[in-house]
Amino acid sequence: MTKSTKSLSLGAVVLLVGCAAAPKPIYHWGNYQQTVYQYHQGGKTSPDEQIAALKKCLEKTHATAKKVPPGLHAHLGLLYVNTGRTDLAFQEINQEKKLFPESAPYMDSLLSKIKGETK
Amino acid sequence: MSRLLVFISLAFTLALTGCAKNTPQDYTAFKQSKPRSILVLPPLNQSPDVKASHSVLSQVTFPLAEAGYYVLPVAVVEETFKHNGMTMPQDIRGVSAAKLHQIFGADAVLYIDVTDYGTQYQVISSETRVTATAKLADLRTGQTLWSGQASASSNEQRSNNNGLLSMLITAAITQVADNLMDKGHDIAEITSNRMLSAGVPGGLLYGPYSPSYGKDRI
Repeated sequence: MTKSTKSLSLGAVVLLVGCAAAPKPIYHWGNYQQTVYQYHQGGKTSPDEQIAALKKCLEKTHATAKKVPPGLHAHLGLLYVNTGRTDLAFQEINQEKKLFPESAPYMDSLLSKIKGETK
Repeated sequence: MSRLLVFISLAFTLALTGCAKNTPQDYTAFKQSKPRSILVLPPLNQSPDVKASHSVLSQVTFPLAEAGYYVLPVAVVEETFKHNGMTMPQDIRGVSAAKLHQIFGADAVLYIDVTDYGTQYQVISSETRVTATAKLADLRTGQTLWSGQASASSNEQRSNNNGLLSMLITAAITQVADNLMDKGHDIAEITSNRMLSAGVPGGLLYGPYSPSYGKDRI
């Protein structure tokens, strides 16, 4: 095989692999998106079941080197608000803010809204 | 030219055309805007299935976050709209960029339209298809940064090479099974991932949380 054919076939291999290879995920997703879908399906699963599912997802995340995906802590906070556990909701919303500083303006407005409602 | 060379060049051409999409994207505004966070609004649904909007909404965080963006919590965002008296995606679509920026503090907004969602019985095969279009806009300027569309179908995975009768039965059974198991939701996942990935031709640029941020080959 000539040098040019060698480099050409290498190029073809790189191209083909380049199309197929999926990058490594940044976050551990578990059942997070499924839980969000259940939230909208009303009644199929209870808020407590959804909370348990997200907490399990968080436990598994801590066992891996991956990160908690955007929105998970805030969504858990929403479930706590809906079930009257505002202290826990505060913790989760603050955690979202800590992990993702971009969320701060929205998270702050949620925090002050919850404070206003529970006073 | 040797036969091997011809074969290899053919393989190149196939690989290139296989990857490429027809719609050319202008990334100038996107590159200037450098959004870090994306607000996803509840999708407008043009299909007969009422589940479509929430089904797609619940599955877009994965591709957007893995592309490197902060995605505002979709269900929490929807609750905020409800508190402000807006429950329908149409009403929410009408809110100005300036107002959205003021409420959510996000850099960009993603508008989604679901055009196909569901299972159709087509005599010898039943097909579940989900098609959607999306538009990303800067919330500080209102300028469009990117648009895309994708479709996925259950028939991509199934091969039906059996006799006619068994095909008819299979079609009827799969439609029932597809409806019971919410097959549309599984197909919607493929559609969302296809539409909202970075690093593919016509796709999104990588966001700041991605190790490939700023290294787009576009």
